[in-house]
Amino acid sequence: MDFELIAESLPRLAEGIDETLLLAGSSLVIGFVLAVPIALLNLSNNGTVRTLSSGYVYIFRSTPLLVQIFLIYYGSGQFRAELQAVGLWFLFRESWFCAILALTLNTAAYTSQIIRGGLQSVPWGQIEAARSIGMPGFMAFRRLIFPIAIRQALPAYGNEIILMVKSTSLASTITILEITAIAKKIISATYQPVEVFLIAGAIYLSLNFIVTRAIMLVEFWLTPHLRVDRRIPPVVRRTPAPVPAP
Amino acid sequence: MELSYLGWGDAGWGDEFARGALMTFAVATCAFLLSLVFGTIFAAFKLSSNLLLRAVADVYTTILRGIPELLVIYLIFFGGGQLLQTIALGLFGYDGYIDLPVFGVGTLCIGLSAGAYSTEVIRGAVLAIPRGQIEAARAIGMNQGQRFWRILVPQSARYALPGLGNVWQFALKDTSLISIVGLVEIMRTAALGSGSTKQPFTFFITAFLIFLVLAWLSQRVFLRAEAWANRGVRSA
Repeated sequence: MDFELIAESLPRLAEGIDETLLLAGSSLVIGFVLAVPIALLNLSNNGTVRTLSSGYVYIFRSTPLLVQIFLIYYGSGQFRAELQAVGLWFLFRESWFCAILALTLNTAAYTSQIIRGGLQSVPWGQIEAARSIGMPGFMAFRRLIFPIAIRQALPAYGNEIILMVKSTSLASTITILEITAIAKKIISATYQPVEVFLIAGAIYLSLNFIVTRAIMLVEFWLTPHLRVDRRIPPVVRRTPAPVPAP
Repeated sequence: MELSYLGWGDAGWGDEFARGALMTFAVATCAFLLSLVFGTIFAAFKLSSNLLLRAVADVYTTILRGIPELLVIYLIFFGGGQLLQTIALGLFGYDGYIDLPVFGVGTLCIGLSAGAYSTEVIRGAVLAIPRGQIEAARAIGMNQGQRFWRILVPQSARYALPGLGNVWQFALKDTSLISIVGLVEIMRTAALGSGSTKQPFTFFITAFLIFLVLAWLSQRVFLRAEAWANRGVRSA
């Protein structure tokens, strides 16, 4: 173990954390925004709409993210003239845009299924109750269905966040300088892979540890009704009733 | 889009893609089987009463589920090469470059990371079997091997199959990452083809579709297997 190298490369690798979090954060946020309508379409009564949205989910869940990234980043090059004609080439030229697009489309597919599961777990009686007291559809969704669904979906969504943090490492293959790419760069200069990759791994591990704790905290906030009251009830001493004299 | 690039034979890349698909399938299968071995061992550790074994298994699943697969591959690939070179230099005085077998190391990497997920799936499945079953087996005098093969495996298979189907899909998709260290499977074939023909979209969309077909086929196999494992259970 070369501790000098570890001390030297730690700050350099830590510089990549911003990039990793930015990639994961922006694709998770945009992906979530896309996932809600996809989940609703997945539950709709219209067959065509349902086929389209579940087809999207199926395609993006059953192909590797690396293929999706390469398809968007390198594949768009084949249509350079067409993209230039419609004025979109400046976006596809950026590896940044391609990485976020691929990660977003990928996470939207997974997240929509998590949300769908949450929505389906809302008991029908709750919706009937909302209707019977005359809540309009959107208000029932906002006040009732969505909060219940989120609570159900949160643990699975925590896993999705961790998967996304891990997935950002694939962006290193298309020239984005996040943690993995910086690690590779240091190694090509020092030829000491073990130390550098171990630190990089430790950084990812601590990021994901923070994510799991944060999710646990949010879960705690959202489920006050499930908390067991662990306080020991105070002992009430009663003065014994006087024994009546025989 | 020029489809003639995908023809069979020397002119086209169709046969290369077919070989790549076979390679992907082979790596994924070996890695999946390996992950079952790791999964069974570490699930047994997690369920054991020995604190040390439990800690080992916890460390394994936490680390392999918490760091990116790509990093695992880089670490084992480059780190393993360095380790072997150190050993070769120390023991035999050989200081040349040692090439690791890409297939074996790739299988090991994917097997290790899929194994962490298999561990949790198998652990959950074993916990779903009522304790009384094991007690009953013991009561009629079955030994440990019989209890394992006749009681535990068939019943936990029923609970584990859906989860293991997911692990298989993970392993299948993760094989694409080994292309980065040079194994010629679907992804590598696509990258080579797009490099020499300057038709990246044609080649990567082909890779995309091959993966889609593989995933679809294997999903059907798993549904069959689930139906078979559930044949003794009444369902509505």
